[in-house]
Amino acid sequence: MMDIQEELQNIVPAKLKVDDVSKSFAARGRRVQALDHVNLEVGEGEFVCLVGPSGCGKSTLLNLIAGLDTPDNGSLLTDGRKVEGPGRDRMVMFQEHALFPWLDVTGNVMFGLKLKPGLTRKDRREVARYYLKLVGLEQFMDSNVHELSGGMKQRVALARALAPNPRVLLMDEPFAALDAMTRENLYADLQKIWAARRKTIIFVTHNVREAVCLGDRVILFSANPGRIREEFKVTLPRPRDINSVELAAMATEITRALKQHTKVEVAV
Amino acid sequence: MKRFTRALIFFASLAAIWQIICWLRIWSPVLLPSPITVSRYLWEAMLDGTLAIASWITIKRLLIGYGIGCALGLPLGLMTARSKFLGDTIGLLALGLQTLPSVCWVPLAILWFQQTEAAMLFVVVMGTLWSVLIAVDNGVRSLPPIFVRAARTMGSEGAHTLVKVVLPASLPYVVSGMKQGWAFAWRSLMGAEIYVTILSGYGLGQLLHFGRELGAMDQVVGVMLVIVVIGLLADKILFSPWENFMHRRWGTSRD
Repeated sequence: MMDIQEELQNIVPAKLKVDDVSKSFAARGRRVQALDHVNLEVGEGEFVCLVGPSGCGKSTLLNLIAGLDTPDNGSLLTDGRKVEGPGRDRMVMFQEHALFPWLDVTGNVMFGLKLKPGLTRKDRREVARYYLKLVGLEQFMDSNVHELSGGMKQRVALARALAPNPRVLLMDEPFAALDAMTRENLYADLQKIWAARRKTIIFVTHNVREAVCLGDRVILFSANPGRIREEFKVTLPRPRDINSVELAAMATEITRALKQHTKVEVAV
Repeated sequence: MKRFTRALIFFASLAAIWQIICWLRIWSPVLLPSPITVSRYLWEAMLDGTLAIASWITIKRLLIGYGIGCALGLPLGLMTARSKFLGDTIGLLALGLQTLPSVCWVPLAILWFQQTEAAMLFVVVMGTLWSVLIAVDNGVRSLPPIFVRAARTMGSEGAHTLVKVVLPASLPYVVSGMKQGWAFAWRSLMGAEIYVTILSGYGLGQLLHFGRELGAMDQVVGVMLVIVVIGLLADKILFSPWENFMHRRWGTSRD
């Protein structure tokens, strides 16, 4: 039987490699090149933010890493192993919370754990409690999803994604639908959680400030075809405050670059 | 308790009005039996066991037929929703047959199965199956794809996804479909029982039919009351737990 302590211990986060990946979709009778020969390397425990206009393929890339889609060309590797489908080593958090309304909060967090062998019912409940505590919702273990606010739902979704102890966390605009205050609290908590439980995080957003606040690196995408244009290293000390002057200055710089790239697209 | 008292007063008043109308002698007692004569009939029928036997026969037919209908309709609905081929074939067939009141099957059922239990069950199954199938099909189709995607990232696939995600996610549709199926089954069974005499046992419908033949309106009205009460109890016993569950989890309103 697996020890609960062993289950909860911090594991080494994964290295990610996106190698010459292309992906196109048929949309309204037209072929859209969502990703065009994209290369990206993400280090162990690195927090990388993907920024770009809508339709630039950043979410597509996330889905490919998650294994929910397959690339037309190229390959994706986690720790040198090819991604061939969804796996518990890479958990996803979506823009919509995607919590299951037929389960209570604990049931939702335990869903992924039930598919993990070697845990008893009691262990799973303990693990769920640990992660709900981590996101600050321990007292809502028995609540129903519809009773929670938008921010709380995303916290449960985060706990659910963390619970199977993945090595990579993929976040697809998880805070986009929340109000500013709620978002700011989540920025602080996410940084704390990331420090407490080392994970490699790929975070998709169209909010440059959010990207600068959270990421070690900010990767700029452009649309049609989806390509990586530029990348910025963010070396500001952590924990970062989204309202700090330095952060705002950097966000301005990146926004200017983003505008330039999208303008080029318009001109072409 | 307050709601119970309210209901009790309401029904007691209805009975009182009914009794007063009977006392006024506007219509002949043959046409409109009074609540007292109906109660007397019900009391006697209860004592000599006819009511219990007839109710039991009817409920048995209903439960077995309804069970078969659901057991077929649930998996078929899941399949028609997820396979284009089955949706275009069986799904369309179900949509067509659902519009057919299942009492229309009675003449064929009698020819095929003669006057046996099988004929009754067939009619009930036809009443249940299609509406359950279509409700499940609808529920699965209107499922937000994000649920299945989220489940896949957590390692769910195949039958696990079907049973642990698709089915519970479409529960609101499934329950309302099963409720509709129940209503159809109940109506069609009553129709069939009034329509044909089955040698293997007299149900409530037959009891009602005999009442008509004998001109015993107290029996007709008494059996009607029993049919209403059984329908009401079935709704409370079979569906209330599910509706309460959905109210709690989904936050939907309870009616």
